[in-house]
Amino acid sequence: MDTMFSEAELRIVNSVASYLSVMSKHLPDDVFDRLSEMRKNEKNDGAKAVYDCMFKNLDMAVTLDRPICQDTGLIQFFIKAGSGFPYLANLKNILTEAVRIATEVTPLRPNAVDTFREKNSGNNIAVGSPWIEWDIVSGSDDAEIEIYMAGGGCSLPGKALVLMPSAGYEGVAKAVLETVCDRGINACPPLIVGVGIGTCADSAGLLSKKALLRGVGTENPDKDAQKLEKMLFEGLNNIGIGPNGITGTESVLDVHVEFAAHHPATLAVGISVGCWATRYGRIHFNSDLSYEIKTHGGVTL
Amino acid sequence: MKKVLTTPVKDEDIIDLKAGDTVYLTGLLVTSRDDGHRRLVADGIMPEIDLKGAGLYHAGPIVKKLGDGTYQMISCGPTTSMRMEKFEKDFIRKTGVKVIIGKGGMGQDTVDACKEHKAIHCVFPGGCAVVAADEIKEIKGVEWEDFGMPEALWILEAVEFGPLMVTIDTHGNNLFAENKKIFNDKLETEFDKMKSALKFGH
Repeated sequence: MDTMFSEAELRIVNSVASYLSVMSKHLPDDVFDRLSEMRKNEKNDGAKAVYDCMFKNLDMAVTLDRPICQDTGLIQFFIKAGSGFPYLANLKNILTEAVRIATEVTPLRPNAVDTFREKNSGNNIAVGSPWIEWDIVSGSDDAEIEIYMAGGGCSLPGKALVLMPSAGYEGVAKAVLETVCDRGINACPPLIVGVGIGTCADSAGLLSKKALLRGVGTENPDKDAQKLEKMLFEGLNNIGIGPNGITGTESVLDVHVEFAAHHPATLAVGISVGCWATRYGRIHFNSDLSYEIKTHGGVTL
Repeated sequence: MKKVLTTPVKDEDIIDLKAGDTVYLTGLLVTSRDDGHRRLVADGIMPEIDLKGAGLYHAGPIVKKLGDGTYQMISCGPTTSMRMEKFEKDFIRKTGVKVIIGKGGMGQDTVDACKEHKAIHCVFPGGCAVVAADEIKEIKGVEWEDFGMPEALWILEAVEFGPLMVTIDTHGNNLFAENKKIFNDKLETEFDKMKSALKFGH
């Protein structure tokens, strides 16, 4: 890579590269805990055997120091950067270099295929890869970086559709139930279901991904959104999709709803799902580059 | 007792299996995903390896190239089989593969081909990629490496590869299609229960 990094910038590069590697081999605590609970709740023998295999796999990933799943995803970063974060100007290059290093060292699977030319770039670096979304926080001088390994299997069911307002929130609920029961059953359930509601396909889609990453067990602070989350969670679990879609006691790890205002003439819904091995993480850098990892307890880089 | 199929798998090894049964596979297992299926079926190019009686694995592994030119399997779980539905019928006809392994269900064309040519589709537990890699004892070679690591045809020696749940048998049964009917019926019930409670603001 042509970009030169300062010593401090290289510290961020190396921290993020190490964290990507850790994330590929260890589930975040919230996903692990809920999956353990679902394993305990499971009554179907075939489904129990699948949960057993999942936990054996998680153990072996740690013991053998290997990625949990071969699909380590296309790397996505969601950044909340303070306008005064000292490394903001070069952050895109820093994160890109971290992905290049993690791909080689871990190793992560190269998943960036050049669109139209249809050639795998071989190092996860290509146009729009890694994918980066920015929120700038005025007056702050730290940065929180959320990372998602967007696997193919769990990206396939994703959709955004713009309903007419007459479809109402029942239209939203129907779209979620149908998506999970159709393509969702192939996406390595139990799933985390992220639902975004807004005006357009783009805003609803982005909100659905942010919902997916909110943390298993968290609730939207809005009471109506909470109600929709709870109804979808119970409804989907009553369908009994089971691990890997082979039927079972429950279906989903969690359902999260995030929303923005919608235009009076549209009601857009975005749906993103994460597999049972949802690999996401959140790392918070202070301006002195001390950091805190919020999703993987006990991990140091 | 473990039911282990050994390649080359013969018709009589699998005709008594039913959707829902659990089996394991030992022997020749070759990976192929979207690009491999397209080249073989749409472009009509056959790989050098003879796939008759072999296992076909819908998977795009992480493989590490070692210094001596050999390969090490790192992580190798199944990928979504449905992506290959468009080509699978002809893939089975042209190659003679007997045990197709992936995740999730496949469609009616594959069901028809499995019945006509005596083959089965099975699922390996999705995401259990380290367990899968551990049951692959050797990477014997690779073809079509120009596709890149995930899409290349990796030629593998598997030992008791599984657990594999049969989803499509040789008699026309399709476990995932049956499950989907169950889920869709329950979906309607659940939707009816929540519908009236979803009148926010009105």
